[in-house]
Amino acid sequence: MQILYFALALLLLLTLGGGIWRAIRGPTAADRMLAVQVFGTTSVATLLLLAEGSDNAALRDVALVFAVLAAVTAVAFVRRAWPEEEAECDAK
Amino acid sequence: MTLSDYVAAPLLIFGTVFFLAGTVGLIRFPDVYTRLHALTKSDNVGLGLVLAGLAVQAESWFIVGKLMLIWLLVLLAGASIAHLIAKGAMQRGVQMWRR
Amino acid sequence: METLTLLQWIFDALTGLGLLLLAWRALASPQLLRAIVLFVAFGLLMAIAWVRLDAPDIALAEVAIGAGLTGALLLAALARLPAAEIVQNGADQAGNPNYAVRIFVWLPLVLLPIVAVGLGYAVLSFPPSSEGLSVEVAANLDKDGVSNPVTAVLLNFRGYDTLLEILVLLLALLGVWSLGGLPPRPAVPAGPVLDTLTRFLTPVVILLAVYLLWVGARAPGGAFQAGAVLGAGGVLLLLAGWRPHPGFSQLPLRLVLVAGPSLFLVTALITIVMGRSLLDYPPERAGILMLFLETAATLSIGITLAALFVGERPRDKGN
Repeated sequence: MQILYFALALLLLLTLGGGIWRAIRGPTAADRMLAVQVFGTTSVATLLLLAEGSDNAALRDVALVFAVLAAVTAVAFVRRAWPEEEAECDAK
Repeated sequence: MTLSDYVAAPLLIFGTVFFLAGTVGLIRFPDVYTRLHALTKSDNVGLGLVLAGLAVQAESWFIVGKLMLIWLLVLLAGASIAHLIAKGAMQRGVQMWRR
Repeated sequence: METLTLLQWIFDALTGLGLLLLAWRALASPQLLRAIVLFVAFGLLMAIAWVRLDAPDIALAEVAIGAGLTGALLLAALARLPAAEIVQNGADQAGNPNYAVRIFVWLPLVLLPIVAVGLGYAVLSFPPSSEGLSVEVAANLDKDGVSNPVTAVLLNFRGYDTLLEILVLLLALLGVWSLGGLPPRPAVPAGPVLDTLTRFLTPVVILLAVYLLWVGARAPGGAFQAGAVLGAGGVLLLLAGWRPHPGFSQLPLRLVLVAGPSLFLVTALITIVMGRSLLDYPPERAGILMLFLETAATLSIGITLAALFVGERPRDKGN
C-alpha cells in the first residue's frame, strides 16, 4: 500500500510539470494564474498521499493550510495585478 | 491487503487519473476558458476521489473530518477563483476559441 | 534496492529537478508576471521539499508565507510599476559587448559550482548518523512545558533568537512606513463571489490560526505559522476591499503591533531581575509563559504582515 501512495505521489508530481509548462508558455496572464491553481490543488493531494505514506499526521495540517490559503494569490492577481489590455505577444 | 485496501486503491488510482486528465486538458485545450473548465472540474473530482480513498484508510473520524474540510475548502476556493479569472478574462477581451 | 526506496528516490530527485527548473526559469524570465508566478510555484514545491526533509514546521511556514503572502505582495508591487521589462545588460545599443557587466554575470556562474562542490564535500564527510543536539533537547524537554521540540527550541531554549526575529519584522514594517505614501487607487467594489468567499474564509482563517497556535505545543505548528496564516487572511480581507475602522488605525493598531515584542522584552527583563539569565523561564511556569508569549507573538506577526501588504502608514486623523 505504501508503494501505491508513493507511486501516485510521483504521478502527481509529473502533473506539476504540466502546470509549469503552462506557466511558462502563457500566452495570456490568466493562463499563468491557472498554473498556480494547478500547483495548489495538486500539492494538497500530494501532501495528503505523503501523509498516509510516511505516517506523519502533521502533513495533513500543511495540506489544510494550503487549502485555506490557495485562493489568496489568485485573488491578488485578479484584484491588483491584471493589466487591462492583454498583451498576447509573449511566447518566450 | 485488507478489505479497506481493496476499496481504497481503485479510488486513489481513479483520482490520480482525473488529475492527469486535467493536466492534459491544461496543455492541450485551445483557450483560457476551456482550460479553466478542464482544470477546475477534473482537479476537484480527482481530489475528492483521492480523499475518499484516504478516508477509507483513516484511523479516526477526526482525520476523516479534516479530509472533508480540506475538500470543501478546495472546492470553494477553486470555484470562486475560476469564476473570477473567467470574468476577468471576458472583461479584458480574451477571445473565446471557435472551431 | 527495493521498490519503495526507489520510488522515494525518484520522487525526491524530481522535486529537486523541478525546483532547479523553476528557479532558472523564474530568474531568466524577462516578463515580471511570469517570473512572479514561477517564483510562487517554486515556493509551493519548496514546501513539498521541506516535507520530504522531515521538517513539517518549516513546511507549514513556507506554505503560509509562500501561498498567501509572497504572491500577493509581489503582485501588488507589480501593479504599481510602469509597464517595463528587464533589459539585457550585456551589450549597449550598438551591440558592442559591455565587458564590465559581463564579468558580473560570469563570475557567479564560475564560483557557484565551486561552492556547491565544497558544500557537498563537507556534507558527505559528516559521520553517517550524527544526533546533533537532539539528545540534549530531548533530555530537557520534560522540564519545559511543551512536548514539540521545535517549539521548545524556538520559544524557550533559544527564545532570544525569536525575540530578535520579531523585532526585525517590526523594523521592516517601520522601514516600509518611512518610505512615504502611495498614490491612491480607485476603490473597485468586490463582486458577490469574492465577497462571499472572503466572508466564508475569514472565520476559517482565524480558527486555523488558533488551531496552529494551540497544536504547536505538541505537534508542528506554533506562533510563526499561526501569525503567517493570520497575515494571509488579513491580506485577503484587504484585497476584497475591507478597511479597518479609521479609529483602529491610529493607536490600537500600534498597540497590537508592539504587543508581541514588548511582552517578550518585559519577560526578558523580569527573568534578569529575578536573578536568572536572559529569558531563562522558571520551569514550573514555562508552559503558561510560553502560551502568553506565543499568543502575543501570533497577533503581532499577523498584523505586521497585513500592514506590510498595505504598504503605507495609516494617515493621521485630520489630514
